[in-house]
Amino acid sequence: MNALQQYIDLYSDHGSLIHDHSCPTLNAHRAHAAQNLRNMALPAKGSENYEHTDLRELLEPDYAINLARVPLDVNPHDTFRCDVPNLSTALFMLLNDRWAETDISRRQLPEGVIVDSLAHAAETMPELVGKYYNRLADPANPLVALNTMLAQDGLFLYVGKGVKLEKPLQLVDILQYGMPLLTPRRMLIVVEEDAEARLLICDHTQNPDVKLLSLQTTEIFVGRNARFDLYDLEESSRLTTRLSSLYLRQEAGSNVLLDGITLFNGTTRNEYFCTMPEPDAELHLYGMGIEDDDRRLDTYSRISHEAERCHSEELFKYVVDDHAVGAFSGRIHVAPGAQKTEAYQANRNIVGSADARMFSKPQLEIYADDVKCSHGTAIGQLDAMQVFYMRTRGLTEQTARTLLKQAFMADVIEGVRLPALKDRLRQLVELRFSGASGACASCRQECPQAL
Amino acid sequence: MHAEIGGKEILKGINLEVKPGEVHAIMGPNGSGKSTLSMVLAGNPAYTVTGGEAEFYGKDLLAMEPEVRSHEGLFLGFQYPVEIPGVSMMNFMRAAVNAKREYFGEPQMSASDFLKLMREKRAIVELDNKLASRSVNEGFSGGEKKRNEIFQMAVLEPKLSILDETDSGLDIDALRIVAEGVNKLKSDNNATIVITHYQRLLDYIKPDFVHILYKGRIVMTGGPELALDLEERGYDWIKEQVDSQNL
Repeated sequence: MNALQQYIDLYSDHGSLIHDHSCPTLNAHRAHAAQNLRNMALPAKGSENYEHTDLRELLEPDYAINLARVPLDVNPHDTFRCDVPNLSTALFMLLNDRWAETDISRRQLPEGVIVDSLAHAAETMPELVGKYYNRLADPANPLVALNTMLAQDGLFLYVGKGVKLEKPLQLVDILQYGMPLLTPRRMLIVVEEDAEARLLICDHTQNPDVKLLSLQTTEIFVGRNARFDLYDLEESSRLTTRLSSLYLRQEAGSNVLLDGITLFNGTTRNEYFCTMPEPDAELHLYGMGIEDDDRRLDTYSRISHEAERCHSEELFKYVVDDHAVGAFSGRIHVAPGAQKTEAYQANRNIVGSADARMFSKPQLEIYADDVKCSHGTAIGQLDAMQVFYMRTRGLTEQTARTLLKQAFMADVIEGVRLPALKDRLRQLVELRFSGASGACASCRQECPQAL
Repeated sequence: MHAEIGGKEILKGINLEVKPGEVHAIMGPNGSGKSTLSMVLAGNPAYTVTGGEAEFYGKDLLAMEPEVRSHEGLFLGFQYPVEIPGVSMMNFMRAAVNAKREYFGEPQMSASDFLKLMREKRAIVELDNKLASRSVNEGFSGGEKKRNEIFQMAVLEPKLSILDETDSGLDIDALRIVAEGVNKLKSDNNATIVITHYQRLLDYIKPDFVHILYKGRIVMTGGPELALDLEERGYDWIKEQVDSQNL
């Protein structure tokens, strides 16, 4: 059976089960998404924008989906310790796509801030959620259509007009199941005019021995002069596939930072679609990937400058080792009339072994004549003379290489606007390069290898 | 010793003995193999030793990894100190100091002892404190880079230091500071090989022996007066002498 057809059939046969265990606001979009899917094929590997990700292969396996939303008999708050503790965050959890919060977290939130299960929010505030849900994500994107057809829950974050949320929020996403499972997650984030918020999402896999697929679509609306930071940290497993599509719309004068940090993964495709339809908006889009073994990371980004005086800074850095494959495809589009645009894109990579591969496709399309833009990529190896210099001072080759790889990631880490996270990230990157295993990160056994 | 890089033989039979307490100067025209000699002794993997041996305090130097040569007491002051953006001078030196201690089975140095050591050694070459917080050699001036080399030498306390054109790119003041640093570190238990183009440095660092390297061989050895001779007459008379012998 073709990879896509199994999900369409699933919806045809069990649509009512999906509807019964979700809510009208989400259900309202399913039939249309299903119809879209019937009229499209999954892009073949090698086709435009999918040069290095094979969606057909990734969606082919027979994954279970927890459509009836049977609760797992696990309390993640008891079994899970996140890698970024002490961030003074209000902590929320999604176990697969199921909301697992504590009351304490919610009580810490100030007036005007809603952090909730998406399904619950849509049930209790249908007008608010309905105003934004599925309004930004592209229905023609097969990953979005699939997610819209299947997603039953996820995160709803709303920061009301003028509310400045001092404490960062943290959402821990955990994948956990005894057999291969596909988890469709949906996230909807609305930051109103003049509001400020910072969200750290930590993506973990708690069962490293099972194939798990996270299919997530995120929509982010940022209002006039609002400020929003999203740090999206993946520490999953070799057998985890993450297919993430993020859509951002920024209003005038807003300032957004998106940071995709892939420390441990299996196969990941992160898509970023960012639109600046109003003037004076600022976007920082950063990311790093540390890929070894046979891990794969494919980043696709599109930044659309549609109004005057917007500013975007994009920087993605990868270190690929062993048999790993990294891919970056970034497109900046400057529309006619988007004068005084400043848009800078860079992708820099270190390839550490003969069998590792890195593919990079920086793209810049400019249809306005008074802009400052640049794009570029660099792929290289660690500098042999730097390694030798360090060895003559007594450092082993391994230590020298580790220090140089860490140093290579320094400017991405510098981009983090949360000091506590910046420090922690520096340590996590150091641990990662010095060979700590991913399983250690999320385990509660206090072995010396973990910090 | 014979050595090559990229299949090209550069060192064609070097014989040299350096004893504790001695200062040797190696001079020679461009392309004679001076830098190759220093790279080979420090263990740069880009160079291949094709013949001969090097003994260091009774041990086989060429069998050691570059880091082990460092632990055992060999130091190379680079002609072009390498910039390492993103690695702070402090972290670099802490890693270096502790790697050596680990090699000798000693515990890591405490933070306060380390800072004290840094302060003490910095003073030897008048190295500005602010450089310590910067990335290794990044944005350092030519003089600062060379002083930084001598600072690292002071921290690591080697038995044999090879200073590869430490005088190149230095103004008179920087040259004096660097040379004084080297002289302060000199003792009866350590030795120095100074590689240089010019006699000028030898006014400050007094050599016991001066060797002339030409076409991958030491073709002449003498006292300090040989350097003065070279300053006056250039290398041509030596080249002629050697080339005619080889005919």
